[in-house]
Amino acid sequence: MTTTAAPPPALRTPQRKRRSRIEDRGWLFVAPFALVFALVFLAPLAYSVYLSLFRDQLIGGNAFVGLDNYIAAFGDSKFWDGFGRVLLFLVVQVPIMLLLALGAALAIDSARLHAAGFYRMVIFLPYAVPAVVAVLMWGYIYGDQFGLTRNLNDLLGGQVVQPFLPEWMLLSIGNIVTWQFVGYNMLIFYSSLKTIPNELYEAASIDGAGAWRTIFSIKIPAVRGAVVIATIFSIIGSFQLFNEPNILKPLAPNVISTFFTPNMYAYNLSFAGQQYNYAATIAIIMGVITAVIAYVVQLRGSRQEAR
Amino acid sequence: MTTATAPRTDTVAVTTERQGARRRFARSSPTHSKKSVVLTIVMALYLLYTLVPLAWLVINATKTQPDLFSTFGLGPGNSFALFDNIAQTLTYRDGIFLRWLGNTLLYVVVGAGGATLLATLAGYGLAKYNFRGRKAVFAVVLGAIAVPGTALAVPTFLLFSQLGITNTPWAIIIPSLISPFGLYLIWVYATDAIPTELLEAARMDGAGEFRTFFTISIRLLTPGIVTVLLFAVVATWNNYFLPLIMLSDPAWYPLTVGLNQWNAQATGVAAQPIYNLVITGSLLSIIPIVAAFLLLQRFWQSGLTAGSVKE
Repeated sequence: MTTTAAPPPALRTPQRKRRSRIEDRGWLFVAPFALVFALVFLAPLAYSVYLSLFRDQLIGGNAFVGLDNYIAAFGDSKFWDGFGRVLLFLVVQVPIMLLLALGAALAIDSARLHAAGFYRMVIFLPYAVPAVVAVLMWGYIYGDQFGLTRNLNDLLGGQVVQPFLPEWMLLSIGNIVTWQFVGYNMLIFYSSLKTIPNELYEAASIDGAGAWRTIFSIKIPAVRGAVVIATIFSIIGSFQLFNEPNILKPLAPNVISTFFTPNMYAYNLSFAGQQYNYAATIAIIMGVITAVIAYVVQLRGSRQEAR
Repeated sequence: MTTATAPRTDTVAVTTERQGARRRFARSSPTHSKKSVVLTIVMALYLLYTLVPLAWLVINATKTQPDLFSTFGLGPGNSFALFDNIAQTLTYRDGIFLRWLGNTLLYVVVGAGGATLLATLAGYGLAKYNFRGRKAVFAVVLGAIAVPGTALAVPTFLLFSQLGITNTPWAIIIPSLISPFGLYLIWVYATDAIPTELLEAARMDGAGEFRTFFTISIRLLTPGIVTVLLFAVVATWNNYFLPLIMLSDPAWYPLTVGLNQWNAQATGVAAQPIYNLVITGSLLSIIPIVAAFLLLQRFWQSGLTAGSVKE
């Protein structure tokens, strides 16, 4: 007690030094992660910035071109075509998916559902299905060869439902993504609903609040943080859209172009066209746009929380 | 004596009863209401949406290729060909499916196992040691979550090809070792689950930091670790983009890329559709992961709830 209250200066310094020496052992735990992280995150990031500033030319070889690649990308209609598509996808699919997930989480949490645990498990199940399998499965179901769509069209008489038409394609992809990720988001919301202290519910029921009132006054405000996180993850996911269109492409080659999404564009630029520098530029632009939007969402989310 | 104990047992009884009531209350969180039939039906419709594609997959794995075209999608085929399909899937092209399964297992065991180990060590280090540069590490890792993984794919490929490790298992395993989400979860979990006094006590007894970690801390972290492991397993098992880029030799493909290649075989010049094998292979490839989730339910659900306390 006395030593901490008034330690002699001679003793104080070595003690603090030992203290910080112990604390610095934390590095031993963090170091393996940090090393691999530097190799697979920081190095490629730095390398892609470097790549984006150069261009392989027929004459002169690899040359520094400054921001020329970026200027080219901003005037590239293929890039903007894909960008517009993922933006549309984001604006339509993400709210639908998150609302479904929130609804499911509230329903499961409400105690008014029979066999709630079973529902929670089954709704989460699609998350465990690999994207490739999910897309192949839905792709076959969509198809007019042996899919349910053909059965449905036979029933309705004529080609009523055609998921692979250009105007339906994005919706068809949105359905697959929604199917895959509602359960995952539901689980995030459900976990955060579970952390609401019971006193709050008790107080609400004493005040005579009904189920709906409880939902809007207690539950939804309580999951706001989780909604912000889920929104950010969904924005990142939408802007990265690749697997679904790329796997569906063989089934609808004329509808899904090589620049259907920015990510497919970057992929095809580098692996079909060997244009690594330009592909890196596209990837960086998308990364910056994603990070900015994610940051804005987070800022808005936390500001509303503070209010 | 008896008069003194009697009220005491009474109070104990009352408290346990009250605790029991609260616990019951906690389980059915809000207003202690009746079950709603309407809500159950609405949710059942959503359940149907979730299950129909999976049911389609299971049903169609039992059909021969001609039956796929000629019979109703959700009805039985003319013959029950499930076992024949499985045998064909496993033996097609000298059993390449089994090779892909083995590759997937390799990537999952080393990749997801390693990712869990690294994330656990680092998350624990961040939570329990106030080392210099801690804030910087945290900021960089959180910032990295916002960077689209695919933005890094092309440069990672170029980097790895200069290191000469593309088209080898290392190209899949090394990037799988990093799970920022896992790090975050363990960090949150360790902050709550491991009392700092316990570590101080172990230090007093002369135990080294790693010894303390592997004998004491790791047990307290188990639910968190299982959660991280499970999500890392899903991520590596389902990984498609990375192997697609990194691998050109089908002998190193994981199941996901292999199945997609089988599907692509149906179109093109020398088309050889093997839809029944793609469907059966898809079914076989989701069974282990679904089983893992069902079996480890208790662990990961408690792990996730704990993780979201901090948010």
